[in-house]
Amino acid sequence: MPGSGHEGPGTRDLAIVGAGPAGMAAAVAASRAGLDVVLVDAQARLGGQYFRHAPPGLRAGHPGTPQRGFGRFTRLAEALTGVDVRLGHRVWAVEKAVEKNAERNTAGNAGKAAGNDPGNEADQNPGKDAAAGFIVHCLAGTRDERRVTLRARRLLIATGAHDRPLPFPGWDLPGVLTAGGAQALLKGDLVPAGRTVVVAGTGPFLLPVAAGLAEAGARVAGVFEANGGAGLAPALAVRPGKLAEGAGYLWRLARRRVPYAVRHAVVEAHGGDRLTHVTVARLGRDWTPGARRTIACDALAVGYGFVPQIELATQLGCATEAGGDGEQVVVVDAGMRTSVPGVYAAGEPTGVGGADLAEAEGWIAGRAVAADLGRPVRPAPALSRRRDRLAAFGRAMQDAYPVRDGWKGWLRGDTLVCRCEEVPYARVREALALGATDARSVKLLARPGMGWCQGRVCGYAVARLAGETSPPPRRPVAHPVRLGDLAGLPDRADETQGTANDPAGEEAR
Amino acid sequence: MTRSQEGPHAGRLDGARPVPAFEITVDGRPVPAAPGQTIGAVLHAAGVVSWRTTRVGGRPRGLFCGIGICFDCLVTVNGTPSLRACQTEALPGDRVTTG
Ligand SMILES: Cc1cc2nc3c(=O)[nH]c(=O)nc-3n(C[C@H](O)[C@H](O)[C@H](O)COP(=O)(O)OP(=O)(O)OC[C@H]3O[C@@H](n4cnc5c(N)ncnc54)[C@H](O)[C@@H]3O)c2cc1C
Ligand code: FES
Repeated sequence: MPGSGHEGPGTRDLAIVGAGPAGMAAAVAASRAGLDVVLVDAQARLGGQYFRHAPPGLRAGHPGTPQRGFGRFTRLAEALTGVDVRLGHRVWAVEKAVEKNAERNTAGNAGKAAGNDPGNEADQNPGKDAAAGFIVHCLAGTRDERRVTLRARRLLIATGAHDRPLPFPGWDLPGVLTAGGAQALLKGDLVPAGRTVVVAGTGPFLLPVAAGLAEAGARVAGVFEANGGAGLAPALAVRPGKLAEGAGYLWRLARRRVPYAVRHAVVEAHGGDRLTHVTVARLGRDWTPGARRTIACDALAVGYGFVPQIELATQLGCATEAGGDGEQVVVVDAGMRTSVPGVYAAGEPTGVGGADLAEAEGWIAGRAVAADLGRPVRPAPALSRRRDRLAAFGRAMQDAYPVRDGWKGWLRGDTLVCRCEEVPYARVREALALGATDARSVKLLARPGMGWCQGRVCGYAVARLAGETSPPPRRPVAHPVRLGDLAGLPDRADETQGTANDPAGEEAR
Repeated sequence: MTRSQEGPHAGRLDGARPVPAFEITVDGRPVPAAPGQTIGAVLHAAGVVSWRTTRVGGRPRGLFCGIGICFDCLVTVNGTPSLRACQTEALPGDRVTTG
């Protein structure tokens, strides 16, 4: 039934988590189609990663360089006039509004959950209809957190990705940042990661990071791409224009005399209490390190791809599958609908493919939600074709920049695998020797991934060390939460406390 | 290009003319900041790249992921512990304590 007649007063048509290219485009599309949309993001400013920009107070001298796509961003932002934008809101849990919650939380909302079995928890119940909608639990503000609960009939997960680091000796020294972290620092705060920076890892993302740093006045002492770029032909067949873009970056680097080498990696970082130099090794086909040399630097930006942030989707029971790069991605149909009725996903959570793909998926998702809620939406086959082409390009790029097993040879016994719980490689090896055959049992025996970051940083490495690809995340809370906040959650407080372990416990201490 | 920051910085401000700039203190030492910058960025630009040590190994930690997911950058501001420096906007007069 179109309209929101039987919804409680605070229930929106659509809640979108994530205000990057995907979430912003979806919000514009859905609100243009007449939906009442709330757009939620943890950050202080709109734009997500790709559209990250400096605060107006910094008065960036040359916004063109680190702020690519700014015109596109401005157009999207200006089109958000009818949307309720909630910045500085971290979503730590989402759940289905089953009858129990509806009764307790919003008087007058109970009737709408009639189709659901009240005895079942939302996340064990993926097949039921979406009529009751969703509850989005947020914490607002960074210093003084307050709980904010939002309700919506449909939910779009547009939470983007985070960097995928690999461990190596010294990777926890101050001055070592993820490639995305260095980029965020430059784009969002106009601070280059160091005076002399080495950029390393794999994937096309290293090029804009290095070019941005060089043009911001840092000395980029080298860019080291672990792969050879040999597998690029299929990707470039899909998007030939990308060849010129890559060449453009290489030219910008060459102009500033930045050395660029393929089949090389930073295999060790050195320094006492901060980074002073790195060891770079030539890599064999399998990434086995060969000849080494050291390079002095005060910062290293390193990244081996991205991990889609899908824990909100898995909280709700959305089906996932292993993507081309081994990361779990949310399964969606042509309208970005997940396996759970009423839940949609767009952008990196459906597979890492960059900002253009994320934005295309956002447009599609926003329109699909509107159509599913009975709004007239004209079909847009060109948009679907564009999405398919960009997604094919994304997959081909992942194939061209794999992570080869030789990185395990960079580890020493005392190399931290888990930075939070300070679990060295030796302890992971012990767990494997004791018979752990998957990431989960390694985690139980050696405790990597049990700290503050909930395995976001080391999850990929631990899974690979256990001989697996990454399993779907199991994070009942997407962000560490104070125990008081959990206690305030009516139904699932027990379950959440029981599994939240350190992050929740820590903050309560 | 105007450089508004000079001195012992790990990184300089990229072509920015922050107006009006203000100060925060790190263990009592004044450090320049600009409106909208995060505490992590302010510290990093001032050459302060670590502000806590780990529980087990006592290892120094500062920024790593830059986007709020790693929790390496936890910092104490005005006596409030465990704030993520990369996600917390610097405000005039903020007192950061390290250790
Ligand atoms: C650190 C980093 C820097 C990057 N920089 C660039 C770049 O400069 N250029 C480039 O081409 N690509 C960059 N990327 C790649 C990036 O993934 C894509 O370019 C693009 O931004 C993806 O768009 P998206 O809409 O899917 O997600 P994003 O742009 O990542 O947006 C997702 C948004 O969701 C929010 N979010 C996530 N979880 C929650 C939650 N639980 N509660 C509330 N909000 C939440 C995040 O704060 C974020 O703003 C970067 C990636 C990372 C991780
Ligand atoms: S640097 Fe990772 S949370 Fe702040």
